Amino acid sequence: MSMKRRTVLKGLAASTAVLAMPAVLRAQAAPFKIGLLTVKTGPLAQGGIQMEQGIATFLKQKNNTLSGRKIEFISADTGGNPAGAKTKAQELVERDKVNVILGPLAAFELLAITDYVRDNATPLISLAAAEDVTQRKANPFIIRPSATSAQCCHVMGDYAAKDLKFKRAITISEDFAFGYEQMSGFLRVFEDNGGKVVKKLWPPLVTPDYTPYIAQISKVDCVFNGFAGSNPVKFMRAYADLGVKAKIPLLAGWTAMDDALLKSLGDEAIGVYSAAWYSADGQTASNKRFVADMQKDYNVLPGGYSAGMYIAGQCVEAAIQKLGGKADDRKALADALHQVTLTDTPRGAIKFDKYGNVIGDVFIRKCEKKDGKLVNTVIKKYPNVSQFWTYDEKAFLAQPVYGRDAPPAKNLEQ
Amino acid sequence: MSWINSRRVAIGVALVLLATLPVWIGNPYYINVSSQILLFAVFALALNVLVGYGGLVSLGHAGLFAMAGYTGALMLDAGHGHFVAILAALVVTLATSAVFGVLALRSTGIGFLMITLALGQIVWGIAYRWAGLTNGDNGVNVTTRPAPLGISLASADYFYYATLVVFLIAVATMAVFVRSPFGAALRGTRDQARRMNALGYNVWLIRFLAFLFSGFWSGVAGLLFIYYNQFISPQVSALTTSAEALLMVISGGTATLLGPIIGSALVVIMKNVVSAYIERWNLVLGVIFVLIISFMPEGLVPGSVRLWRTGWQALWSRLSAPAARKTGEQGP
Repeated sequence: MSMKRRTVLKGLAASTAVLAMPAVLRAQAAPFKIGLLTVKTGPLAQGGIQMEQGIATFLKQKNNTLSGRKIEFISADTGGNPAGAKTKAQELVERDKVNVILGPLAAFELLAITDYVRDNATPLISLAAAEDVTQRKANPFIIRPSATSAQCCHVMGDYAAKDLKFKRAITISEDFAFGYEQMSGFLRVFEDNGGKVVKKLWPPLVTPDYTPYIAQISKVDCVFNGFAGSNPVKFMRAYADLGVKAKIPLLAGWTAMDDALLKSLGDEAIGVYSAAWYSADGQTASNKRFVADMQKDYNVLPGGYSAGMYIAGQCVEAAIQKLGGKADDRKALADALHQVTLTDTPRGAIKFDKYGNVIGDVFIRKCEKKDGKLVNTVIKKYPNVSQFWTYDEKAFLAQPVYGRDAPPAKNLEQ
Repeated sequence: MSWINSRRVAIGVALVLLATLPVWIGNPYYINVSSQILLFAVFALALNVLVGYGGLVSLGHAGLFAMAGYTGALMLDAGHGHFVAILAALVVTLATSAVFGVLALRSTGIGFLMITLALGQIVWGIAYRWAGLTNGDNGVNVTTRPAPLGISLASADYFYYATLVVFLIAVATMAVFVRSPFGAALRGTRDQARRMNALGYNVWLIRFLAFLFSGFWSGVAGLLFIYYNQFISPQVSALTTSAEALLMVISGGTATLLGPIIGSALVVIMKNVVSAYIERWNLVLGVIFVLIISFMPEGLVPGSVRLWRTGWQALWSRLSAPAARKTGEQGP
């Protein structure tokens, strides 16, 4: 990546030049450094590349200058694993001395570096969902403008029980934190509204064939899936091919029906309901600019991965604007990020709760074919959804974090 | 002053450079990279006992590495002290090594490789799928580093020194091991297993003990790894980790002490430093390995020594005996 090398060399040249200047001038002249933890190699690379496109689009629109501060952008590839995330976070913090980190992508990567960024006082704007980072182990240096794993799934649980009037459901998701947290969020709200989750299926992250899992699905009103990466494509195809889709409607979390996936999907996706915090057909001014630029530069319909990083960029801009010359103070920046409220982002208006997690709209969408193209049409908007849904914050936090069997499912059937 | 020779001078210089590394390298990021090189060097040295001296190529050592890491991390997570956790981790790793050894040493060559590969994958499977114990893909966090003698290892500098001490002990142990009669016996089982058997050596036992020794140091490296990363997840036990360690040993030079250390430096630097500049660092690493295998099939360290010697000899013969060379040229 020759561009990267050049930015680094530029950075070196700039820092040598800076050393010669009086201290007063330095704060003005030194660029504000944004480091991105993303994944460019391995199975999660697709989402990681979209993340980089999202922030790159934002910086290009802003001409690499946020509130008058020149931005230096450094991207690091974690390889999609926790040890890689740790090493690259160290690289960004200790070698590049970035002012703020954006990313990482996966929950297990975030869990691996949350203590590290706190100990090294570096603000981080996460895309990854790991619930406890903004709940029981809230980190004063982390904000999350995307969503916790369960934030959209609570909504889906509500919609499935109240609007779709489903009574019995089966959940299926990958056997890791993001899957557990999503499925448990759905289960809790669905059952609190009279539904029953009768079976939970957990295929591993790398599953060559979903047939044995889909074969266990029967006698329910709906299936809720929380797949991520490229797995939803495989799963939905098998679900339709085995003839289950015609009988049992499919519901999806945000990653399982992300707008960026639509180009890889066919008719098997028609009719799938999804709950997402971002929808490419959002009507805000910034979203129209964002979608247009993404289509022009990369020829893609952006999904949550890109939008999340675009919004992260907007948060950084707002924080710099508020702090002015003090934006180099890492603690002040982290605090300012927590205070950010934005009215015009691609997902709509957002603000943060005291734990650093976003409060924003969540959309229920139904996949349709329009003019020969798949689109996720928004059919209902839940405004200002918090990570605690409608539950009392204290009572919510007193319970253990969502896990494979937490909260316990009381209605399982063999 | 007969004790001064070039080898001792080189070792002395290397020691001084290693001991003063945080001073001259400055940036904590590079100090951390150095710590990683040293801890993976311990792992590669451990693997080298089997690969280099025993002629037994193992692809399951990540299992032992991760076994120590997980035991340590889970013990700490359960609220035990560092001493107990480290002790438990080493005992469990030794026990696992014994099981691995008993199963894998039924065979040598490809058979041994396949059995160790399978055993390593079992550990990975447990780490990945037994989520109730290992927390699955989410991994286990290690909240604190130990503070031996009251010195906290939280900073990059102190952790580097702790790793350096462990590394030096490992190197010294390996050096003693290689020179000992047991080391010679192990090399014997590698080169002439049947003759060793005929001479009355218990070939199986020698290999088994070497396996335990190798497993022990893999465990030590695993512990250094979790204290360095303060985190462990199933990826650590995956085949990639075993393969990387094997690449370190083979690229540096099997059956040498310096080889695995150089190999570890090569892989860690490619993985951490070069990857920041070149997205396709895997490709660069691959090309480097192909070059090493093509031009120095015995590994970087022995290969460089060979090139140095032949170059030196060529130069020497040219300088000292031009006349002889001339007559040689005039020959038939």
